[in-house]
Amino acid sequence: MPAYTLENNPLALIGRFTIFLVQELGRAGIFFFRGFLLIFSLPVQLGKIVQQVYFIGMKSMLVICLTGAFTGMVLGLQGYYTLTKFGAEGFLGSAVALSLIRELGPVLTAIMIVARAGSAMAAEIGIMRISEQIDALETMDINPIRFLFSPRLAAALISFPLLTAVFDVIGIFGGFLSGSLLLNVSQGIYFSRVESSVLMQDINGGFIKAIVFGAVVVTICCYQGYMTHTRKEGFGAKGVSQATTSAVVISCVLVLIVDYVLTSFLL
Amino acid sequence: MTEPPLIELVDVHKRFGDNVVLDGVNLHIYAGEVTSIIGKSGVGKSVLLKHIIGLMTPDSGSILFSGRPLSSMKKTERRELKRKFSYMFQGSALFDSMTVYENVALPLKERTRLRDKEITRKVQDKMEALDLHGIDENYPSQLSGGMKKRVALARALVTEPEIVLFDEPTTGLDPIRKNSVHGMIAEYQKRFGFTGVIVSHEIPDIFYISQRVAMIDEGRIFVEGTPEEIQSSEDQVVQGFIHGLAEPKVELAGMASRREGKRRFKEELARGERFDIPFTILVFTFENLEELVERFGHEAGQNLLTRFVELIHGRLRITDTCFRFSADRIVLILAGTEPGAAETLLTDLADEVRQAGLADKPRKDGFCLSVQAGIVEGKKGESLDQCVAEAEARHRRFAEFFLCQ
Repeated sequence: MPAYTLENNPLALIGRFTIFLVQELGRAGIFFFRGFLLIFSLPVQLGKIVQQVYFIGMKSMLVICLTGAFTGMVLGLQGYYTLTKFGAEGFLGSAVALSLIRELGPVLTAIMIVARAGSAMAAEIGIMRISEQIDALETMDINPIRFLFSPRLAAALISFPLLTAVFDVIGIFGGFLSGSLLLNVSQGIYFSRVESSVLMQDINGGFIKAIVFGAVVVTICCYQGYMTHTRKEGFGAKGVSQATTSAVVISCVLVLIVDYVLTSFLL
Repeated sequence: MTEPPLIELVDVHKRFGDNVVLDGVNLHIYAGEVTSIIGKSGVGKSVLLKHIIGLMTPDSGSILFSGRPLSSMKKTERRELKRKFSYMFQGSALFDSMTVYENVALPLKERTRLRDKEITRKVQDKMEALDLHGIDENYPSQLSGGMKKRVALARALVTEPEIVLFDEPTTGLDPIRKNSVHGMIAEYQKRFGFTGVIVSHEIPDIFYISQRVAMIDEGRIFVEGTPEEIQSSEDQVVQGFIHGLAEPKVELAGMASRREGKRRFKEELARGERFDIPFTILVFTFENLEELVERFGHEAGQNLLTRFVELIHGRLRITDTCFRFSADRIVLILAGTEPGAAETLLTDLADEVRQAGLADKPRKDGFCLSVQAGIVEGKKGESLDQCVAEAEARHRRFAEFFLCQ
């Protein structure tokens, strides 16, 4: 029987992985808090925040509209065929609106923004790291977290809820399109069900999720880029590609995990 | 030196994993001087520089500023100190998603509360001083290597720092640009009086622009002093080091290579243009070297050449270059020398050749290698080949070497 050393002992492996996980979590947490506090440091970087809102928010509009519309439409179809089995197709409006506002809106919006803006952030900051641009900022006595991360975080906190709202509205119209115009749910019933079933509480819950997702996604993506140089298995361009990949994967997984946790608290 | 150093590194150690990079570095940097840190690639020069500006912290040892250790300073004091620094990165480290103008203006925009107009004026001033015209709106990726370096230099100098750290400012530049970057550093240092620290392996160029030189090897500074002290040091290690770094440039018979010679020619040309310093080109042509080789073999030819070049070297200053232009031509570039002075050198050299017994009276069975010499002043707009051709046109008999079978 081979002797266990610290290298191959399975318990040690678990321990090492746990320590690594906790360390990373701690670092990312500190990164987030520093970035968040620095949003409010004077002078507020309004120009940069607006620029990032444009990048994260405005430029994601098309993607969000498309995904929102088709998500709503497919919900309309699926909902209709399921609900007719119980003769409850009149509830299609409620089903579409609630699932969108409470779950699909925030989650799908977050994942779409990860794909569109999050990957770009990780790659951009990663390249700045490996080409010493972040070191250059430090030598100029410019706080790189304030300069690079804070405006993106602020912009995400602003644009995630707004994009989620757009997603929800377009999705509800998508459901209407497939449910009422293509199939036979009456238009009046669809919208009256939407109105009567959606409570302010649902909308608030959706927004809270959107804000939390925004913070999580941008923190993970920027953090991965920012820490590109500490990767042990990849340097240079390879490091950037790995940072981008892990930024996207970790963000998406975390969005779903956080969604579950938040839902259990919000319900 | 009686006044205390501005920056002092005391017994600084740094290791990355098992790799010991700095192994007890002691270094003194004095205010208002340019200090060069020279050493081979990968011996920790850049790491040393990053310690000075605080991008890295030492594992042990301390870094003192005006006698006070960095580690004992408060955060605000450290920031205050950091603002006096500028750092020019090896790879320029320009922000590639910003225009040239935005790059240069960034330190002012972020760190000061100057008005936009004032910032524009300062940026324009610096860019004009560094010959950067009409590229405000370009992005760094659209610039050549030399331009990037100059933009980086402009960015480093725009805040009017007290201490500027240069990490291999000339790596990857062509000779003229290299020389002009060195010239710029020296000129700006005089004009603004900043304290400069240059990490480089440009020997001997770096000797001309620095007041102090420190050599680093195996994680330690093993010699520190003025360029003169170091160049005239009789320490074998130091000499080996200087020549070791310069070695790849040296060819056959202790002569520089033709490429190196061309590089020096361009440098002298650029220097002449900027500071109006004359330089002279001396061409020695061996008329029948081929015949010599045929009759006496390669070795004899080489021996004769080597002895001749040794004599030339004895007369050269460190700023002069002697290189083999072609198989039968040796070219000397005499920096800062008028043709008249070159004439004197030639006469002296001829005497010496005779005294050394290289040029004896002709013997009956002997073979006579005839050497011609021509002098021409280096002129703007002429290539090295043109200069050599011109010098050859003014050839006169210099000496005749005789060899016996």
